[in-house]
Amino acid sequence: MSSLLEVSNLNLRFQLHDGVAHILRDISLKIERAERVAIVGESGCGKSLTVRAILGLIRQKRARLQGSIRLEGTELMSLKPRAWRAVRGSRLSMVFQDPMTALNPVFTIKDQLVEVILRGGGAGSRKAARALARDLLEQVAVADPDRVLHAYPFQLSGGLAQRVLISMALANRPDVVLADEPGSALDVTVQEQTLQLMRDLTNEAGAAVLLITHNLGVVREFAHRVYVMYAGTIVEEAAVETLFSNPIHPYTRALLEAVPRLSGDGLPRPIDGIVPDYLAAPAGCRFSPRCAWAQPDCGNPPPTIDLGGGQRVACVLAEAGKSPQERTP
Amino acid sequence: MIALFESEGWRRFAANPLSLAGMSIVVAVLFVAVFAPFITPYPKHAAAFVDILNASQAPSAQHLFGTDVVGRDLLTRVIFGYRVSLLLSVVVLVIAVPIGVTLGLVAGYFGGLIENVIMRVTDVFLAIPPLVLAMAIIGFLEPTLMNAMIAVSAMWWPWYTRLIYNMTRSIRTEDYVAAAQVVGSSKAHILFREILPNCGPSLLTKMTLDFGFVILIASSLSFLGLGVQPPTPDLGSMVADGGDYLPDYWWLAVFPGVAILLVVLGFNLLGDGLRDVLDVEL
Repeated sequence: MSSLLEVSNLNLRFQLHDGVAHILRDISLKIERAERVAIVGESGCGKSLTVRAILGLIRQKRARLQGSIRLEGTELMSLKPRAWRAVRGSRLSMVFQDPMTALNPVFTIKDQLVEVILRGGGAGSRKAARALARDLLEQVAVADPDRVLHAYPFQLSGGLAQRVLISMALANRPDVVLADEPGSALDVTVQEQTLQLMRDLTNEAGAAVLLITHNLGVVREFAHRVYVMYAGTIVEEAAVETLFSNPIHPYTRALLEAVPRLSGDGLPRPIDGIVPDYLAAPAGCRFSPRCAWAQPDCGNPPPTIDLGGGQRVACVLAEAGKSPQERTP
Repeated sequence: MIALFESEGWRRFAANPLSLAGMSIVVAVLFVAVFAPFITPYPKHAAAFVDILNASQAPSAQHLFGTDVVGRDLLTRVIFGYRVSLLLSVVVLVIAVPIGVTLGLVAGYFGGLIENVIMRVTDVFLAIPPLVLAMAIIGFLEPTLMNAMIAVSAMWWPWYTRLIYNMTRSIRTEDYVAAAQVVGSSKAHILFREILPNCGPSLLTKMTLDFGFVILIASSLSFLGLGVQPPTPDLGSMVADGGDYLPDYWWLAVFPGVAILLVVLGFNLLGDGLRDVLDVEL
């Protein structure tokens, strides 16, 4: 039985003037039906590019995308454009980060919702699509759907526009919703509401969610499973509880220590150093230049070690049950 | 219509007297051009007509702009000249804008080789002085109204290609374009239904401004004898012909010249007003 969405060995390279930037290196991840999965990592680590690659939105002439993306066993990478479009319209959908730029400013909400519904084959006629659009807005707790339907995006508040985006993403009952930091352009309370709404609605609809975020608090509340990304590689994968109680990879541990806390002692600990230049990324473990536990072995690509219970870590230290905390830097 | 006059945009437009003046001129010129045969008392004078007894008369109550050297009412000729100029502008924009816009959208959206080919060809056209290019084309063909339209269109589309190309380049990276791709929209849909409507204000403004410029260029062509041929009344050739009789029969050149000035000024003021209200940069 294959997973709902399975990405394996995805590599993304950009041919630049001064060399090849190897942005995504051997990204593998999978999502089961109705599962909520998060990708967490700092800015510039390739989270958004991973999602855009899955949706086939990487179209720069200089980009080279290799690997496999399978939806219920069907390889998407080799699909013809027409078939690819059909998959995107009905089975995959996306919630964008900034609701104010993800809606076309010159059309009313109704026009845009109806368009999405008709394209996905969610309704036979324009009239049915209009009725469905109204229902969808009610579903995302819009108090006065008729006003919103006839409004232009700039007439809506950020929170309202974000809900419209969610209703669009769910309009055609997709199997997987990919969400790129939804609501992070809005204030924290609205972001919280947005995520709750997404959690509830995807639960009801039985849709799986792949959430991108840099906010570990969001991960903890939202996701079943987490992938931690660093500089275009996946360094650790675990169930949410495991990740927070028993992080193994030095980067994951550093990330968790960098979170500010209300209780406890002292300031959060920032991670020393910066994300590597992708044009000259380390051949082995990409975190090794910043890692307190780095050793000669780290110059080789790290093995992915299965620790059981769904936890996998790409670090030589995880081998033979040696977790980094047993060593002192 | 009522809603238009109550809108915020109209209020801002009307706050500028120059914009209103421009709009008034344009509306007035359109009105007289459309209803030309009913406005002038001498509609026959628009075509070939000779009344040698009334030739070269100075402006008077009967002939407000005077008469030309074969006795035709100059006001009638100017009004019918507007007809020809406006028709020419409409045809030129109808030909040039769709071509320019489509090429600009395609070049801006797809990039790569297509972009290079389209934009370099555009650059070649833009590098040649417009009037010279039009003269070359007409010289190659024949000086008729139709060929003048073709020649002016041939020099006009590259400006639209460049405008829309630049806008497409910036709009294509917007999230709503990515969102359209995610829901599986076709490329044609993305180009014409997502990106193009966002170019609307700039396009409208540029077309309004160009309406005047096309009249100016077409008049220049016929001034040089390369445009509309007699007996069809044309403002440019009227100025050229009248120039021979300066300064004695001054009205022959001055009134058609002022007529050109007025209509070009009108479209420019209107275009500038639209640019301010629609907040676009060209």
